[in-house]
Amino acid sequence: MQSLTNRSKIVAKKEMTFTERLYLPAIFSGMLITLRHFFKRKATIKYPEQTREFSKIYRGQHVLKRDEAGAERCTACGLCAVACPAEAITMVAAERKRGEEHLYREEKYAATYEINMLRCIFCGDCEEACPKEAIFLTDRKVDSLYTRGEFVFGKNILVESLIKEKQVDVTVRETPDVAGFKKHKEYAHNIVK
Amino acid sequence: MTLSFLIYKTILVVIVFSITLLVAMYSTYAERKIAAFLQDRIGPDRAGPFGILQPLADGIKMFMKEEVIPSASNKALFIIGPSVFILTACMTGVVIPWGPPLTIGGTEYSLQITDVNIGILYLFGVVSLGVYGIMIGGWASNNKYSLLGAIRASSQMISYEVAMGLSIIALVMTTGTLSLAQIVEQQQGWHWNILIQPLGFLIFLICAFAETNRAPFDLPECETELVGGYHTEYSSMKLGFFLFAEYINMFISSAVISTFYFGGYNMPFIGRFVSDPNGLAILGVVFLFSKIFFFIFFFMWVRWTLPRFRYDQLMNLGWKILIPLSIANLVLTGAWMMRYEIAGLFVK
Repeated sequence: MQSLTNRSKIVAKKEMTFTERLYLPAIFSGMLITLRHFFKRKATIKYPEQTREFSKIYRGQHVLKRDEAGAERCTACGLCAVACPAEAITMVAAERKRGEEHLYREEKYAATYEINMLRCIFCGDCEEACPKEAIFLTDRKVDSLYTRGEFVFGKNILVESLIKEKQVDVTVRETPDVAGFKKHKEYAHNIVK
Repeated sequence: MTLSFLIYKTILVVIVFSITLLVAMYSTYAERKIAAFLQDRIGPDRAGPFGILQPLADGIKMFMKEEVIPSASNKALFIIGPSVFILTACMTGVVIPWGPPLTIGGTEYSLQITDVNIGILYLFGVVSLGVYGIMIGGWASNNKYSLLGAIRASSQMISYEVAMGLSIIALVMTTGTLSLAQIVEQQQGWHWNILIQPLGFLIFLICAFAETNRAPFDLPECETELVGGYHTEYSSMKLGFFLFAEYINMFISSAVISTFYFGGYNMPFIGRFVSDPNGLAILGVVFLFSKIFFFIFFFMWVRWTLPRFRYDQLMNLGWKILIPLSIANLVLTGAWMMRYEIAGLFVK
């Protein structure tokens, strides 16, 4: 059969020639290969001093954004939980009481919102599904922790701070392009036809 | 036997001993660095600049570790094993001429601890004693992996010592002496023995790899088959002794290879630039050590290039290839030495 790629090799267990049976030429060429590696540039990144260069749109730990007035954007619609392929997101919705307008932007909000960071695959589908521009993946890395329970991040970790300086900048991910794309829900790959 | 002679010999012994240990210590560091560099990594670089304090840290770690002596083991033999191994490893440096004699205040000080006139035989005897350390240690552990490792080590040593001895006999035939000092003196300038005995050198080199239990002949301690081989049950400094003695062995075999085949402390054409005998002596030591370091590097280079032999391949190589080859080398050397007499038989 003719191969399609022309990359396959015909393997035959043929008798070795005298020079092959000596092994010394093969050993010599092998040692030249290792010697060449001796002088090559090393692949090591000395971690605490150097860090690997991150992609501009690196998808790391999530953030739940607040609006300009400091109220939470999330309305606990659950689209992110539905979109999540790893089923890492759970939430409990609650109704906004009178006097809580400065805390929650709309009448419904997430009383609890948890992401299991061990399940999360950082695909960004939650961000894409969110109609309220509430959840974003950021360039922060998820910390190393000691127990499995600690990796279930609640609102205390996920919701961004009220202090402006401590808030996470997501302008790289929240671009006009993204907003325009999100307007057309038919582009979303998880749409049910 | 004057007092000054005793003092001078004692100082020499201490210096050689400490240099041996120092080189062995830094061989562990060099091994890790070279392994890393050959694999496109950096290697240890945290303890001190470029990690040069790493051997020290490793040594302290070895001392601080818990010492476990298995209850089923033979305690006396368990302790004697590593002691014998490191003792024999340290004893071999005695007969190696480290440099030409130094002249201080009219007296000549030889840089060889003792010029035994059967230096080669002494070397051989001590090296073959080394296997007892492994054998005793492996046997006393009362562990099947240790025992298998020890058996492998001893059979491997015995097999390769034959070929090694035969290749040395060819060398002795051409040099006509068993004294290491004289062998080195004969290699003045560029008259290195490698030019006379290339095949003998190759056989000796391969056997040296097998004798020091280095890859590709590291079957006595191959992790993939025998956990740790003969030192499976060892911990703390007793394990350290086993590992350390192997590096000493490597240093000594590098020194022996340089002495036998690469002119020892000789360097071609150096006599044209330096005429002061003391300067030449010190340069000779430097040359010998650079040759030794090259061979230590070579040992490591080979280790991180070649895969391990299978046990039957090892025995095949030893008995069916190296021994016949070394016998052929012996015959060829003899024929070359008697070439005029042989020619005389045919041309009357």
